[in-house]
Amino acid sequence: MSNTGILKSSLAKKYVMALTGLFLCLFLAGHLAGNLQLLLKTGEAGQQAFNEYAEFMTTFPLVKLLSYLTYASVLFHVIDGIVLSMQNRKARPVGYVKENGAANAKWSSRNMGILGTIILVFLVSHMQTFWYKMHFGAMPMHNGLKDLHTVVVEFFSPDNSIGLIAVVGYVLAQAALAFHLSHGFQSGFQSLGFRHAKYTPVIEKAGMTFALLVPALFAAIPVFLYITQL
Amino acid sequence: MDLTLKVWRQNGPNDKGRIETYPVSGVSPDMSFLEMMDMLNDQIIRDGGDPVAFDHDCREGICGMCSMFINGEAHGPNRGVTTCQLHMRSFKDGDTITIEPWRASAFPVVKDLAVDRSAFDRVIQAGGYISVNTSGETLDANAIPVPKAQADEAFNAATCIGCGACVATCKNASAMLFVSAKVSQFALLPQGQPERASRVQRMVDQMDKEGFGNCTNTGACAVECPKGIDLSNIARMNRDFLSASASEE
Repeated sequence: MSNTGILKSSLAKKYVMALTGLFLCLFLAGHLAGNLQLLLKTGEAGQQAFNEYAEFMTTFPLVKLLSYLTYASVLFHVIDGIVLSMQNRKARPVGYVKENGAANAKWSSRNMGILGTIILVFLVSHMQTFWYKMHFGAMPMHNGLKDLHTVVVEFFSPDNSIGLIAVVGYVLAQAALAFHLSHGFQSGFQSLGFRHAKYTPVIEKAGMTFALLVPALFAAIPVFLYITQL
Repeated sequence: MDLTLKVWRQNGPNDKGRIETYPVSGVSPDMSFLEMMDMLNDQIIRDGGDPVAFDHDCREGICGMCSMFINGEAHGPNRGVTTCQLHMRSFKDGDTITIEPWRASAFPVVKDLAVDRSAFDRVIQAGGYISVNTSGETLDANAIPVPKAQADEAFNAATCIGCGACVATCKNASAMLFVSAKVSQFALLPQGQPERASRVQRMVDQMDKEGFGNCTNTGACAVECPKGIDLSNIARMNRDFLSASASEE
Protein backbone atom coordinates (compact mmCIF):
# COMPACT_ATOMS: atom_id res chain seq x y z
CA MET A 1 0.00 0.00 0.00
CA SER A 2 2.44 2.58 1.21
CA ASN A 3 5.05 3.58 -1.35
CA THR A 4 7.57 5.19 0.94
CA GLY A 5 7.03 3.26 4.18
CA ILE A 6 6.11 4.60 7.59
CA LEU A 7 9.68 5.35 8.68
CA LYS A 8 10.28 7.81 5.86
CA SER A 9 6.91 9.49 6.27
CA SER A 10 6.55 13.03 7.59
CA LEU A 11 3.98 11.72 10.07
CA ALA A 12 6.36 9.08 11.46
CA LYS A 13 8.93 11.80 12.17
CA LYS A 14 6.26 13.60 14.16
CA TYR A 15 5.39 10.44 16.09
CA VAL A 16 9.07 10.15 17.06
CA MET A 17 9.15 13.83 18.12
CA ALA A 18 6.01 13.33 20.22
CA LEU A 19 7.05 10.06 21.90
CA THR A 20 10.58 11.20 22.74
CA GLY A 21 9.32 14.64 23.84
CA LEU A 22 6.67 13.22 26.14
CA PHE A 23 9.14 10.72 27.58
CA LEU A 24 11.56 13.58 28.27
CA CYS A 25 8.72 15.34 30.16
CA LEU A 26 8.63 12.31 32.48
CA PHE A 27 12.40 12.53 32.83
CA LEU A 28 12.12 16.24 33.75
CA ALA A 29 9.59 15.42 36.48
CA GLY A 30 11.88 12.72 37.91
CA HIS A 31 14.99 14.90 37.72
CA LEU A 32 13.17 17.77 39.43
CA ALA A 33 11.98 15.52 42.26
CA GLY A 34 15.63 14.64 42.97
CA ASN A 35 16.88 18.22 42.68
CA LEU A 36 14.24 19.53 45.07
CA GLN A 37 16.14 17.81 47.90
CA LEU A 38 18.63 20.68 47.55
CA LEU A 39 15.83 23.06 48.57
CA LEU A 40 13.96 20.97 51.09
CA LYS A 41 16.86 19.62 53.18
CA THR A 42 19.83 21.78 54.15
CA GLY A 43 22.98 21.26 56.20
CA GLU A 44 24.64 17.93 56.92
CA ALA A 45 21.42 15.89 56.55
CA GLY A 46 20.72 17.50 53.17
CA GLN A 47 24.25 16.80 51.97
CA GLN A 48 23.98 13.12 52.98
CA ALA A 49 20.51 12.68 51.45
CA PHE A 50 21.46 14.30 48.13
CA ASN A 51 24.69 12.29 47.83
CA GLU A 52 22.83 9.06 48.58
CA TYR A 53 20.31 10.00 45.91
CA ALA A 54 23.11 10.73 43.39
CA GLU A 55 24.75 7.39 44.23
CA PHE A 56 21.41 5.60 43.72
CA MET A 57 20.80 7.36 40.37
CA THR A 58 24.18 6.32 38.96
CA THR A 59 24.21 2.72 40.16
CA PHE A 60 20.67 1.26 40.44
CA PRO A 61 20.12 -0.97 37.36
CA LEU A 62 16.55 0.14 36.55
CA VAL A 63 17.54 3.80 36.79
CA LYS A 64 20.55 3.09 34.56
CA LEU A 65 18.22 1.54 32.00
CA LEU A 66 15.96 4.60 32.17
CA SER A 67 18.99 6.85 31.77
CA TYR A 68 20.00 5.07 28.53
CA LEU A 69 16.44 5.54 27.31
CA THR A 70 16.75 9.22 28.19
CA TYR A 71 20.04 9.63 26.26
CA ALA A 72 18.45 7.91 23.26
CA SER A 73 15.36 10.14 23.50
CA VAL A 74 17.46 13.30 23.58
CA LEU A 75 19.48 12.08 20.61
CA PHE A 76 16.44 11.13 18.50
CA HIS A 77 14.53 14.27 19.51
CA VAL A 78 17.48 16.44 18.41
CA ILE A 79 18.29 14.60 15.16
CA ASP A 80 14.61 14.30 14.18
CA GLY A 81 14.12 17.99 14.98
CA ILE A 82 17.04 18.99 12.76
CA VAL A 83 15.77 16.80 9.87
CA LEU A 84 12.23 18.23 10.20
CA SER A 85 13.54 21.82 10.32
CA MET A 86 15.68 21.27 7.22
CA GLN A 87 12.71 19.80 5.31
CA ASN A 88 10.51 22.67 6.43
CA ARG A 89 13.03 25.21 5.23
CA LYS A 90 13.19 23.46 1.86
CA ALA A 91 9.39 23.49 1.60
CA ARG A 92 9.46 27.31 1.38
CA PRO A 93 12.61 28.37 -0.49
CA VAL A 94 11.32 31.92 -1.12
CA GLY A 95 9.88 33.61 1.95
CA TYR A 96 7.31 36.37 2.25
CA VAL A 97 8.24 40.05 2.14
CA LYS A 98 5.60 40.67 4.79
CA GLU A 99 4.49 37.86 7.11
CA ASN A 100 2.23 38.39 10.11
CA GLY A 101 2.90 35.18 12.04
CA ALA A 102 1.64 36.62 15.31
CA ALA A 103 -1.86 36.95 13.79
CA ASN A 104 -2.51 33.22 13.78
CA ALA A 105 -0.06 31.30 15.99
CA LYS A 106 1.70 31.58 19.34
CA TRP A 107 5.33 32.71 19.40
CA SER A 108 6.51 29.54 21.13
CA SER A 109 4.92 27.28 18.48
CA ARG A 110 6.71 29.21 15.73
CA ASN A 111 10.12 29.04 17.42
CA MET A 112 10.41 25.47 18.70
CA GLY A 113 13.70 24.93 16.82
CA ILE A 114 15.38 28.00 18.31
CA LEU A 115 14.07 27.18 21.81
CA GLY A 116 15.25 23.59 21.41
CA THR A 117 18.71 24.77 20.36
CA ILE A 118 19.00 26.96 23.47
CA ILE A 119 17.99 23.96 25.61
CA LEU A 120 20.55 21.74 23.82
CA VAL A 121 23.39 24.24 24.44
CA PHE A 122 22.36 24.37 28.10
CA LEU A 123 22.20 20.57 28.25
CA VAL A 124 25.76 20.16 26.95
CA SER A 125 27.14 22.67 29.45
CA HIS A 126 25.00 21.21 32.26
CA MET A 127 26.16 17.64 31.62
CA GLN A 128 29.77 18.75 31.39
CA THR A 129 29.51 20.52 34.77
CA PHE A 130 27.73 17.78 36.77
CA TRP A 131 27.05 14.57 34.83
CA TYR A 132 30.56 14.17 33.35
CA LYS A 133 32.23 15.04 36.64
CA MET A 134 30.04 12.57 38.56
CA HIS A 135 30.69 9.76 36.07
CA PHE A 136 34.26 10.29 34.92
CA GLY A 137 35.82 13.27 36.78
CA ALA A 138 37.66 13.67 40.07
CA MET A 139 35.05 14.05 42.82
CA PRO A 140 35.44 15.10 46.47
CA MET A 141 34.29 12.37 48.89
CA HIS A 142 31.95 12.61 51.90
CA ASN A 143 31.14 9.64 54.18
CA GLY A 144 32.36 7.27 51.47
CA LEU A 145 30.09 8.76 48.79
CA LYS A 146 30.91 11.02 45.83
CA ASP A 147 30.10 14.51 47.18
CA LEU A 148 27.94 15.88 44.35
CA HIS A 149 26.19 18.11 46.89
CA THR A 150 29.36 20.14 47.51
CA VAL A 151 30.12 20.32 43.78
CA VAL A 152 26.63 21.76 43.08
CA VAL A 153 26.62 24.17 46.04
CA GLU A 154 30.12 25.47 45.25
CA PHE A 155 29.28 25.86 41.55
CA PHE A 156 26.27 28.13 42.21
CA SER A 157 28.19 30.22 44.73
CA PRO A 158 29.34 33.87 44.79
CA ASP A 159 32.83 32.46 45.51
CA ASN A 160 32.87 30.78 42.09
CA SER A 161 34.18 33.28 39.50
CA ILE A 162 31.45 32.23 37.02
CA GLY A 163 28.83 31.54 39.71
CA LEU A 164 26.59 34.48 38.83
CA ILE A 165 26.85 33.78 35.08
CA ALA A 166 25.95 30.15 35.78
CA VAL A 167 22.84 31.14 37.76
CA VAL A 168 21.69 33.65 35.12
CA GLY A 169 22.37 31.15 32.30
CA TYR A 170 20.48 28.45 34.18
CA VAL A 171 17.44 30.68 34.70
CA LEU A 172 17.42 31.79 31.03
CA ALA A 173 17.66 28.17 29.86
CA GLN A 174 14.70 27.29 32.08
CA ALA A 175 12.73 30.15 30.51
CA ALA A 176 13.46 28.66 27.08
CA LEU A 177 12.36 25.25 28.42
CA ALA A 178 9.10 26.79 29.69
CA PHE A 179 8.24 28.20 26.26
CA HIS A 180 9.30 24.93 24.55
CA LEU A 181 7.06 22.89 26.87
CA SER A 182 4.13 25.30 26.64
CA HIS A 183 3.75 24.23 23.00
CA GLY A 184 5.44 20.83 23.00
CA PHE A 185 3.44 19.09 25.72
CA GLN A 186 0.00 19.42 24.11
CA SER A 187 1.46 19.27 20.58
CA GLY A 188 2.81 15.78 21.31
CA PHE A 189 -0.70 14.47 21.94
CA GLN A 190 -2.01 16.06 18.72
CA SER A 191 0.85 14.48 16.69
CA LEU A 192 -0.06 11.05 18.06
CA GLY A 193 -3.67 11.61 17.01
CA PHE A 194 -5.06 12.05 20.51
CA ARG A 195 -7.77 14.69 20.36
CA HIS A 196 -10.87 14.53 22.47
CA ALA A 197 -13.64 17.07 23.10
CA LYS A 198 -13.43 16.54 26.86
CA TYR A 199 -9.79 15.54 27.48
CA THR A 200 -7.88 17.81 25.07
CA PRO A 201 -8.68 20.98 27.07
CA VAL A 202 -7.49 19.13 30.19
CA ILE A 203 -4.23 18.15 28.42
CA GLU A 204 -3.73 21.76 27.31
CA LYS A 205 -4.20 23.06 30.88
CA ALA A 206 -1.96 20.33 32.30
CA GLY A 207 0.68 21.20 29.68
CA MET A 208 0.65 24.87 30.58
CA THR A 209 0.85 24.07 34.31
CA PHE A 210 3.75 21.67 33.67
CA ALA A 211 5.49 24.24 31.44
CA LEU A 212 5.29 26.94 34.13
CA LEU A 213 5.85 24.89 37.27
CA VAL A 214 8.71 22.54 36.32
CA PRO A 215 11.14 25.14 34.87
CA ALA A 216 10.27 27.60 37.68
CA LEU A 217 11.14 25.03 40.37
CA PHE A 218 14.33 24.00 38.53
CA ALA A 219 15.38 27.67 38.29
CA ALA A 220 14.57 28.34 41.95
CA ILE A 221 17.32 25.93 43.12
CA PRO A 222 20.47 27.70 41.83
CA VAL A 223 18.93 31.08 42.74
CA PHE A 224 18.32 29.81 46.30
CA LEU A 225 21.83 28.32 46.56
CA TYR A 226 23.46 31.55 45.35
CA ILE A 227 21.44 33.88 47.59
CA THR A 228 21.96 31.78 50.72
CA GLN A 229 25.73 31.88 50.17
CA LEU A 230 25.98 35.66 49.71
CA MET B 1 -10.00 55.76 -0.77
CA ASP B 2 -6.42 56.30 -1.87
CA LEU B 3 -4.11 53.32 -1.45
CA THR B 4 -0.51 52.33 -2.09
CA LEU B 5 -0.21 48.75 -3.37
CA LYS B 6 3.03 46.80 -3.14
CA VAL B 7 2.50 43.90 -5.54
CA TRP B 8 4.76 40.92 -6.28
CA ARG B 9 5.58 40.93 -10.01
CA GLN B 10 7.21 37.92 -11.64
CA ASN B 11 7.26 37.33 -15.41
CA GLY B 12 7.40 33.53 -15.20
CA PRO B 13 8.50 30.55 -13.12
CA ASN B 14 12.19 31.25 -13.76
CA ASP B 15 12.09 35.01 -13.24
CA LYS B 16 13.50 36.23 -9.92
CA GLY B 17 10.56 38.56 -9.31
CA ARG B 18 10.32 41.80 -7.33
CA ILE B 19 7.86 43.99 -5.44
CA GLU B 20 6.47 46.92 -7.43
CA THR B 21 4.62 49.88 -5.97
CA TYR B 22 1.39 51.23 -7.48
CA PRO B 23 -0.63 54.18 -6.18
CA VAL B 24 -4.39 53.64 -6.68
CA SER B 25 -6.95 56.38 -6.06
CA GLY B 26 -10.75 56.50 -6.02
CA VAL B 27 -11.23 53.03 -4.52
CA SER B 28 -14.75 52.51 -3.14
CA PRO B 29 -15.01 50.88 0.31
CA ASP B 30 -17.82 48.73 -1.15
CA MET B 31 -15.50 47.12 -3.71
CA SER B 32 -14.28 43.60 -3.15
CA PHE B 33 -10.52 43.13 -3.04
CA LEU B 34 -10.58 41.53 -6.50
CA GLU B 35 -12.61 44.44 -7.93
CA MET B 36 -9.91 46.72 -6.57
CA MET B 37 -7.32 44.52 -8.35
CA ASP B 38 -9.40 44.81 -11.57
CA MET B 39 -9.25 48.57 -11.12
CA LEU B 40 -5.47 48.43 -10.71
CA ASN B 41 -5.14 46.30 -13.86
CA ASP B 42 -7.35 48.72 -15.80
CA GLN B 43 -5.03 51.51 -14.72
CA ILE B 44 -1.90 49.51 -15.67
CA ILE B 45 -3.34 48.63 -19.12
CA ARG B 46 -4.22 52.30 -19.78
CA ASP B 47 -0.61 53.20 -18.92
CA GLY B 48 0.56 50.59 -21.46
CA GLY B 49 1.84 48.09 -18.88
CA ASP B 50 1.39 44.36 -18.30
CA PRO B 51 -1.59 43.67 -15.98
CA VAL B 52 -1.07 41.74 -12.73
CA ALA B 53 -1.87 38.03 -13.17
CA PHE B 54 -3.99 36.57 -10.35
CA ASP B 55 -6.30 33.57 -9.99
CA HIS B 56 -10.05 34.02 -9.52
CA ASP B 57 -13.24 32.38 -10.68
CA CYS B 58 -16.58 32.35 -8.85
CA ARG B 59 -15.96 35.48 -6.75
CA GLU B 60 -18.39 34.23 -4.11
CA GLY B 61 -16.07 32.22 -1.88
CA ILE B 62 -16.87 28.69 -3.03
CA CYS B 63 -14.45 27.80 -5.83
CA GLY B 64 -11.10 28.18 -4.01
CA MET B 65 -9.31 29.89 -6.90
CA CYS B 66 -8.40 33.27 -5.39
CA SER B 67 -5.14 33.08 -3.53
CA MET B 68 -3.53 36.27 -2.32
CA PHE B 69 -1.27 36.77 0.68
CA ILE B 70 -2.36 40.22 1.83
CA ASN B 71 -0.42 42.19 4.45
CA GLY B 72 1.21 39.02 5.76
CA GLU B 73 -1.94 36.86 5.94
CA ALA B 74 -3.60 34.42 3.54
CA HIS B 75 -6.82 35.97 2.17
CA GLY B 76 -6.07 39.14 4.18
CA PRO B 77 -6.86 40.22 7.74
CA ASN B 78 -10.46 38.93 8.07
CA ARG B 79 -11.45 35.46 9.27
CA GLY B 80 -13.63 32.92 7.46
CA VAL B 81 -13.44 34.63 4.07
CA THR B 82 -11.58 34.21 0.81
CA THR B 83 -9.88 37.13 -0.96
CA CYS B 84 -12.93 37.66 -3.19
CA GLN B 85 -15.12 38.07 -0.07
CA LEU B 86 -12.74 40.61 1.45
CA HIS B 87 -13.99 44.16 0.99
CA MET B 88 -12.08 47.41 0.86
CA ARG B 89 -13.99 48.67 3.92
CA SER B 90 -11.62 46.42 5.89
CA PHE B 91 -8.84 48.88 5.00
CA LYS B 92 -8.32 52.58 5.71
CA ASP B 93 -7.76 55.48 3.36
CA GLY B 94 -4.01 55.97 2.87
CA ASP B 95 -3.12 52.35 3.72
CA THR B 96 -0.19 50.56 2.13
CA ILE B 97 -1.16 46.98 1.19
CA THR B 98 1.43 44.29 0.41
CA ILE B 99 0.15 41.57 -1.94
CA GLU B 100 2.16 38.38 -2.52
CA PRO B 101 1.56 34.92 -4.02
CA TRP B 102 1.26 31.74 -1.89
CA ARG B 103 4.83 30.71 -1.02
CA ALA B 104 5.72 26.99 -1.13
CA SER B 105 8.08 24.90 -3.22
CA ALA B 106 5.05 22.67 -3.97
CA PHE B 107 3.18 25.75 -5.30
CA PRO B 108 5.58 27.27 -7.88
CA VAL B 109 4.73 30.76 -9.12
CA VAL B 110 3.30 30.73 -12.66
CA LYS B 111 3.16 34.50 -13.06
CA ASP B 112 2.86 37.38 -10.58
CA LEU B 113 0.27 36.26 -7.97
CA ALA B 114 -0.84 33.06 -9.74
CA VAL B 115 0.65 29.80 -8.43
CA ASP B 116 0.42 26.20 -9.66
CA ARG B 117 -1.66 24.25 -7.13
CA SER B 118 -1.81 21.00 -9.11
CA ALA B 119 0.05 19.32 -6.22
CA PHE B 120 -3.35 19.30 -4.46
CA ASP B 121 -4.93 17.58 -7.48
CA ARG B 122 -2.28 14.86 -7.36
CA VAL B 123 -2.93 14.32 -3.62
CA ILE B 124 -6.65 13.85 -4.44
CA GLN B 125 -5.81 11.52 -7.34
CA ALA B 126 -3.73 9.41 -4.95
CA GLY B 127 -6.75 8.48 -2.82
CA GLY B 128 -9.31 11.25 -2.35
CA TYR B 129 -12.19 9.23 -3.76
CA ILE B 130 -14.29 6.13 -3.15
CA SER B 131 -14.36 3.29 -5.69
CA VAL B 132 -17.97 2.50 -6.67
CA ASN B 133 -19.43 0.58 -9.55
CA THR B 134 -21.40 3.08 -11.63
CA SER B 135 -23.06 0.46 -13.84
CA GLY B 136 -26.48 1.78 -12.92
CA GLU B 137 -27.15 -0.45 -9.95
CA THR B 138 -25.26 1.77 -7.49
CA LEU B 139 -26.75 1.87 -4.01
CA ASP B 140 -28.40 5.23 -3.34
CA ALA B 141 -26.18 7.06 -0.83
CA ASN B 142 -29.32 8.24 0.98
CA ALA B 143 -30.29 4.63 1.65
CA ILE B 144 -27.20 4.13 3.84
CA PRO B 145 -27.88 5.19 7.44
CA VAL B 146 -25.31 7.69 8.77
CA PRO B 147 -25.49 9.09 12.31
CA LYS B 148 -26.24 12.82 12.25
CA ALA B 149 -23.08 13.82 14.17
CA GLN B 150 -20.88 11.81 11.78
CA ALA B 151 -22.62 13.25 8.74
CA ASP B 152 -22.16 16.80 10.04
CA GLU B 153 -18.45 16.22 10.76
CA ALA B 154 -17.90 14.70 7.31
CA PHE B 155 -19.69 17.63 5.72
CA ASN B 156 -17.61 20.13 7.70
CA ALA B 157 -14.45 18.45 6.38
CA ALA B 158 -15.89 18.41 2.86
CA THR B 159 -16.37 22.20 2.87
CA CYS B 160 -12.61 22.53 2.17
CA ILE B 161 -12.35 24.34 -1.17
CA GLY B 162 -8.67 23.49 -1.68
CA CYS B 163 -7.55 27.12 -1.94
CA GLY B 164 -4.19 26.42 -0.29
CA ALA B 165 -4.42 29.13 2.39
CA CYS B 166 -3.33 26.50 4.95
CA VAL B 167 -0.10 25.83 3.03
CA ALA B 168 0.48 29.55 2.43
CA THR B 169 -0.02 30.35 6.12
CA CYS B 170 1.95 27.47 7.65
CA LYS B 171 5.50 28.47 8.56
CA ASN B 172 6.56 25.07 7.15
CA ALA B 173 4.32 25.20 4.04
CA SER B 174 2.63 22.03 5.31
CA ALA B 175 -0.49 20.70 3.59
CA MET B 176 -1.72 18.74 6.63
CA LEU B 177 -5.00 20.66 7.03
CA PHE B 178 -6.00 20.18 3.37
CA VAL B 179 -4.99 16.51 3.20
CA SER B 180 -6.58 15.70 6.57
CA ALA B 181 -9.88 17.32 5.53
CA LYS B 182 -9.91 15.25 2.35
CA VAL B 183 -9.05 12.09 4.32
CA SER B 184 -11.65 12.85 7.00
CA GLN B 185 -14.61 13.49 4.72
CA PHE B 186 -14.45 9.80 3.71
CA ALA B 187 -13.10 8.35 6.97
CA LEU B 188 -16.25 9.59 8.74
CA LEU B 189 -18.73 7.96 6.34
CA PRO B 190 -19.64 4.28 5.77
CA GLN B 191 -18.79 4.60 2.07
CA GLY B 192 -15.23 5.55 2.95
CA GLN B 193 -14.46 2.52 5.14
CA PRO B 194 -13.33 -0.11 2.54
CA GLU B 195 -10.39 2.05 1.37
CA ARG B 196 -9.82 3.91 4.63
CA ALA B 197 -6.34 2.50 5.41
CA SER B 198 -4.90 2.59 1.89
CA ARG B 199 -6.38 6.05 1.27
CA VAL B 200 -4.63 7.75 4.17
CA GLN B 201 -1.32 6.08 3.30
CA ARG B 202 -1.48 6.98 -0.38
CA MET B 203 -2.51 10.57 0.26
CA VAL B 204 0.16 11.14 2.94
CA ASP B 205 2.79 9.56 0.64
CA GLN B 206 1.77 11.88 -2.19
CA MET B 207 1.75 14.89 0.16
CA ASP B 208 5.35 14.09 1.16
CA LYS B 209 6.41 13.54 -2.47
CA GLU B 210 5.09 16.97 -3.45
CA GLY B 211 7.54 18.55 -1.02
CA PHE B 212 5.15 20.10 1.47
CA GLY B 213 6.64 20.73 4.93
CA ASN B 214 5.89 18.97 8.21
CA CYS B 215 3.24 19.87 10.79
CA THR B 216 4.41 21.75 13.92
CA ASN B 217 0.84 22.01 15.27
CA THR B 218 1.02 25.82 15.42
CA GLY B 219 -2.66 25.88 14.44
CA ALA B 220 -2.13 28.84 12.08
CA CYS B 221 -3.74 26.94 9.17
CA ALA B 222 -7.06 26.54 10.99
CA VAL B 223 -7.10 30.22 11.98
CA GLU B 224 -6.61 31.39 8.39
CA CYS B 225 -8.80 28.73 6.70
CA PRO B 226 -11.71 30.49 4.97
CA LYS B 227 -13.91 27.44 5.59
CA GLY B 228 -13.10 26.89 9.26
CA ILE B 229 -11.59 23.40 8.81
CA ASP B 230 -10.34 22.51 12.29
CA LEU B 231 -7.36 20.72 13.77
CA SER B 232 -9.35 17.63 14.81
CA ASN B 233 -9.03 16.55 11.16
CA ILE B 234 -5.23 16.55 11.46
CA ALA B 235 -5.43 14.47 14.65
CA ARG B 236 -7.78 12.03 12.88
CA MET B 237 -5.32 11.67 9.99
CA ASN B 238 -2.40 11.13 12.42
CA ARG B 239 -4.48 8.42 14.11
CA ASP B 240 -5.60 6.75 10.88
CA PHE B 241 -2.09 6.75 9.41
CA LEU B 242 -0.65 5.19 12.57
CA SER B 243 -3.32 2.51 12.64
CA ALA B 244 -3.03 1.86 8.88
CA SER B 245 0.75 1.52 9.16
CA ALA B 246 0.47 -0.79 12.16
CA SER B 247 -1.90 -3.17 10.39
CA GLU B 248 -0.42 -3.10 6.89
CA GLU B 249 -0.47 -6.50 5.16
